[in-house]
Amino acid sequence: MNAFKLWYHKLGSPPYFYLFAGYIRPWLWAIALLLTAVGLYGGLVLAPPDYQQGDAFRIIYVHVPAAWMSLFIYGVMAVSAFIAVIWKPKMAEVLAMESAPIGAAFTLIALVTGSLWGKPTWGTYWTWDARLTSELVLLFIYLGVIGLYHAFENPRQGARAASFLAIIGAVNLPIVHYSVVWWNTLHQGTTVRYFGPSDIVPSMLWPLLVMTIATKFYYGASLMDRSRVALLSLERGKDWVSEVVRTERADG
Amino acid sequence: MSAHDNTAQPPNAANAFAGVLRRDLLLAWRRRGDALLPVLYAVIVATLFPFALGPEHALLARIAGGVVLLTVLLAMLLALDALFRGDLEDGALEQMLLAPQPLALLVTARMLAYWLVTALPLLLVAPLLAYMLGLPPAVQPVLLLAMLLATALLALLGTVLTALTVATRRSGMLLALMLLPLAVPIVIFAAGAVGAAQQGLPWVAPVAWLAAALALAVVLAPLACATALRIALDS
Amino acid sequence: MDKFLAMGGYAAYVWPAYAVFFAVLAGNVIATALRRRRVLRELRGRLQRQGARRPRVSA
Repeated sequence: MNAFKLWYHKLGSPPYFYLFAGYIRPWLWAIALLLTAVGLYGGLVLAPPDYQQGDAFRIIYVHVPAAWMSLFIYGVMAVSAFIAVIWKPKMAEVLAMESAPIGAAFTLIALVTGSLWGKPTWGTYWTWDARLTSELVLLFIYLGVIGLYHAFENPRQGARAASFLAIIGAVNLPIVHYSVVWWNTLHQGTTVRYFGPSDIVPSMLWPLLVMTIATKFYYGASLMDRSRVALLSLERGKDWVSEVVRTERADG
Repeated sequence: MSAHDNTAQPPNAANAFAGVLRRDLLLAWRRRGDALLPVLYAVIVATLFPFALGPEHALLARIAGGVVLLTVLLAMLLALDALFRGDLEDGALEQMLLAPQPLALLVTARMLAYWLVTALPLLLVAPLLAYMLGLPPAVQPVLLLAMLLATALLALLGTVLTALTVATRRSGMLLALMLLPLAVPIVIFAAGAVGAAQQGLPWVAPVAWLAAALALAVVLAPLACATALRIALDS
Repeated sequence: MDKFLAMGGYAAYVWPAYAVFFAVLAGNVIATALRRRRVLRELRGRLQRQGARRPRVSA
């Protein structure tokens, strides 16, 4: 336990985190790509077509993992943001701020793929059902955090302000979801529809689980890459950065 | 704030609160043309709706509650961005942060002033606009109650977000973007109450949610706003 | 293969969905890589302008 705690504290130091992230990133990328290949082969080739939706249901293998990641990343971001606001360690700020664009990317994917899935299944590209609407609001929350972060000249101050906003957003998110669900039940004519295939068999399910894990590794890998770049920029006056710049090639 | 106080001791908390409130109201009164801009905006927008949608009474009556609510909330947004800017520019904001009185108390005064100056005139005009759009008179009290709670919530929560952006440029657009997710539940519950009342359905539940949220916000928003100001001004 | 591409008639929905998935995620990776390149270039330039500094053991 002591060694773990020591390692955890060392991670709070930018140069150590830089080295650690650089070390694990190839592994994270390799696993992400491998799992994606396996998952998509299972989803696109092996899984049988759905009884009702035919082959259209295969969008599930990108839509659902993206939607889950949009929420998962928000959770990680909110926790980092909380730590950043209370205890102010630089690494928490970096992890929170660099998670936001990745989360926004997944939210965008969830919205677009959800829209493309809606057309053959419900007949329309957009509908104000609870989940799509909540995803849309989530996108706005992400954009607000990213926008606020970049509106400050001092990145550390911007990170703290944006982290505060992220925490407010985290509290707001379940409220929004609940209110949108209620709003849907209020107005007859928009019943809450279920998105998935009519009958899930195991051969349909396991590729979904694989893709869920694959996207998590993607997030980890991308977060490591983004954080490394952010650290180089934030710590530019320091010796360790000069050392890195001197020794590393552009695509190191 | 307490320039006329000629004793050596700083004013107590209640006096400081009253001082900020009085100052904000006085400043607004001196520029009452600007202060009434949101009202004018609301009147214009509400009046334009029938021209956009046609004068058919049934349609207008159905959307009247939602239109008036939205128009009022957006009108409040107009005045929100400038809430701290004047004080930032002349240094009064720094003084507030340095004051011995709790910052949360001082910003509460600011929030109250904002609501009195911006929301109150809108609430006075809203029943007229709703009537013009054909809202059934029986629904008016529910609309007014829903708007009372919604505007109060917006004043409290909006001020917190404004505080975060106080020192940034181009903050108007960003502020609107930040405000949207917070506004969604407020609009849903407020408009939901009005819609329910209009259909003769029970409307107390969403109003109760708004009231509960308001009670929570009255306690938490000033503290959050004080924190936001400190973060934004890096003190 | 044709049957695979046709996706039971839903090709117009399935393939754009997958395309968006890959495009956005690839875009994120590319953007990060470009940013890294730019930052390294900037810092390298800065280092050169400051002249040769004796490298010390990094913190």
